[in-house]
Amino acid sequence: METLDFRFDSAPVSRAANPALCGVVGSGNLEILVKAGDAATICQISIKTSARGFGETWRAVLGSFAAAHAAGGTAIAINDMGATPAVVSLRLAQALAEYQGGGQ
Amino acid sequence: MSLNDILDSLFPAGHAVDVANSVITGQAQTAQGPVAVLGTTDAAAIDHAMALALADFILDTVEQHPGRPLVFLVDTSGQALSRSQELLCLNGSLAHLASCVDLARRQGHASFSLVTANAVSGGFLSFGLMADKAYALADAQVRVMDLRAMARVTKIAHERLVELAASSPIFAPGAESYVRMGGIEAIWPAASAELLERALLAAVQTTPVTDQRMGCGLSRGGRQLAAGVAKMVQNTVLGA
Amino acid sequence: MNPSLATRHSWFEATARARINGLLDAGSFREILPPAEAQPSPHLAQLDLPGAFDDGVVIGCGRLAGKAVFVAAQEGQFMGGAVGEIHGAKIVGLLRRAVKEKPAAVLFLIDSGGVRLHEANAGLIAISEIMRAVLDARAAGVPVVALVGGSCGAFGGMGIVAKLCSAILMSEEGRLALSGPEVIETVAGVEEFDAKDRALVWRVTGGKHRYLMGDCAMLVEDDLAAFRTGATEFLAGWTEPAPSLAGLRTRQRALKNRLAAYGALRDGLDVWAALGVTQPESVPLLDRDSLVALKEGLPT
Repeated sequence: METLDFRFDSAPVSRAANPALCGVVGSGNLEILVKAGDAATICQISIKTSARGFGETWRAVLGSFAAAHAAGGTAIAINDMGATPAVVSLRLAQALAEYQGGGQ
Repeated sequence: MSLNDILDSLFPAGHAVDVANSVITGQAQTAQGPVAVLGTTDAAAIDHAMALALADFILDTVEQHPGRPLVFLVDTSGQALSRSQELLCLNGSLAHLASCVDLARRQGHASFSLVTANAVSGGFLSFGLMADKAYALADAQVRVMDLRAMARVTKIAHERLVELAASSPIFAPGAESYVRMGGIEAIWPAASAELLERALLAAVQTTPVTDQRMGCGLSRGGRQLAAGVAKMVQNTVLGA
Repeated sequence: MNPSLATRHSWFEATARARINGLLDAGSFREILPPAEAQPSPHLAQLDLPGAFDDGVVIGCGRLAGKAVFVAAQEGQFMGGAVGEIHGAKIVGLLRRAVKEKPAAVLFLIDSGGVRLHEANAGLIAISEIMRAVLDARAAGVPVVALVGGSCGAFGGMGIVAKLCSAILMSEEGRLALSGPEVIETVAGVEEFDAKDRALVWRVTGGKHRYLMGDCAMLVEDDLAAFRTGATEFLAGWTEPAPSLAGLRTRQRALKNRLAAYGALRDGLDVWAALGVTQPESVPLLDRDSLVALKEGLPT
């Protein structure tokens, strides 16, 4: 297992509802929990992943998420069992939408 | 130690116990009066017939000897592994046996179990762990699975499991782990009438019987989370 | 009970949270120890494995057709729904809470292989605690209903727990047994049980077989709405009996008779024939409604 922590600059979220959870910690999948963070323009992400050595991939995927979405003011926690970058991006967008009260 | 030696050590005042198909049923004399003695021997792999024989004996005892304490002797290698057993829902017969132990408790029968040799998984769940309290002889094997099989299934290196098992009672096989986790009350150095009388006295004096195993696991340092989690679940105030 | 495929939402494929949402009245679920307030299992972390915030079981309160119910739903995709220390303690806590608060029922969405080997001793003791807590809830008059239709079925200690419940509702896809076919194959050989023969596995452990034998009370479609309707109907017609000697004697006789009649058989096909099914080989092909009709027409 590897633990990774990132902080990205990101525009403030437009609206925050309740903490939101998306996904399941199953093979090739992950769960993402979005909670309120401590700085309005920072998206803080911590990851526990079963796959070691993918730190740079995570940085790239999460960085483009934080740039493309207004995710500032959130603290995101991820438990991962080897999800692909596509699955990670999809779940992040879902989780953020739900955090803002969007649901699915 | 043979079953007869164990019975002689536990019940010097006398016992009349039958063994059929590895199932023990009978009576014994103690300072507290007669007790029902039942369980399994020869590392029995519990099947439908054994579970039903034990259940029958418990129901007879409840009917014919109200309040008579139950002393379970546990020597089981788990459950019978066969297609025909599963076809008839072996988990159903084990659940039935567990329900019978539970009924006896509700009708005022004090009970405890003593692991004499082996206590593994489903066999242990169905009666040994259903008694009010469980004890184990010092050389008893108590486990879900040995570490080699566990390494194979979990794909975690055997050496790593051995290393962790030395400090963690969470998965390390052995009666000592179960004591620290609260699943077994105490280990007896040998089968002894004195320890049996003491356990019996404690059992008949404890009313009402509630499941204290989480609290024991916490106070003994082996299971540090369960008690707090269960309490939090019971006490959390929910919004409308 | 036979929704068109277009409107079906498979129970088998749904997550634990999606099952709860489909089962309970819309918007009524209140989670106890939600992910944002919980910590993953430290025991898994010690073995270098990522945990889940809910430790693989979602618990809480809600409403079913207006009645207050408690619910526990195991997540089969996480560690095979297996019971570890936190997972087990959440279920035990919920059942103990039910003794005090007396909801109309506890709905137990079982999807589990049994003990989580990574926390084996904690898991085994927790299952024993769940067994006693289920019986305590029932003795307090609270029905505990098992719903089995997930990818992991109800195996090991959770198979025993399922059979301690007031009743089991199953889908055809659900499986209920003690030892998994893989375990039996590994120990007793492929001649005893070929775990890769999916049709055989279902004929021995699957929902249709358990329903024909009376081991589950109700067979429902693999559909969230069908489980909801089934649970609602079951509870409407159910009064939890007090534990009694007479009740267990009746059960004992039934189990003995069944063992005497079918104990030597090794395939669902043989049992169904012995039950009086004239074309046992057609059973796997029947839809749910036809199978229910078949069972109702069997000699008793």
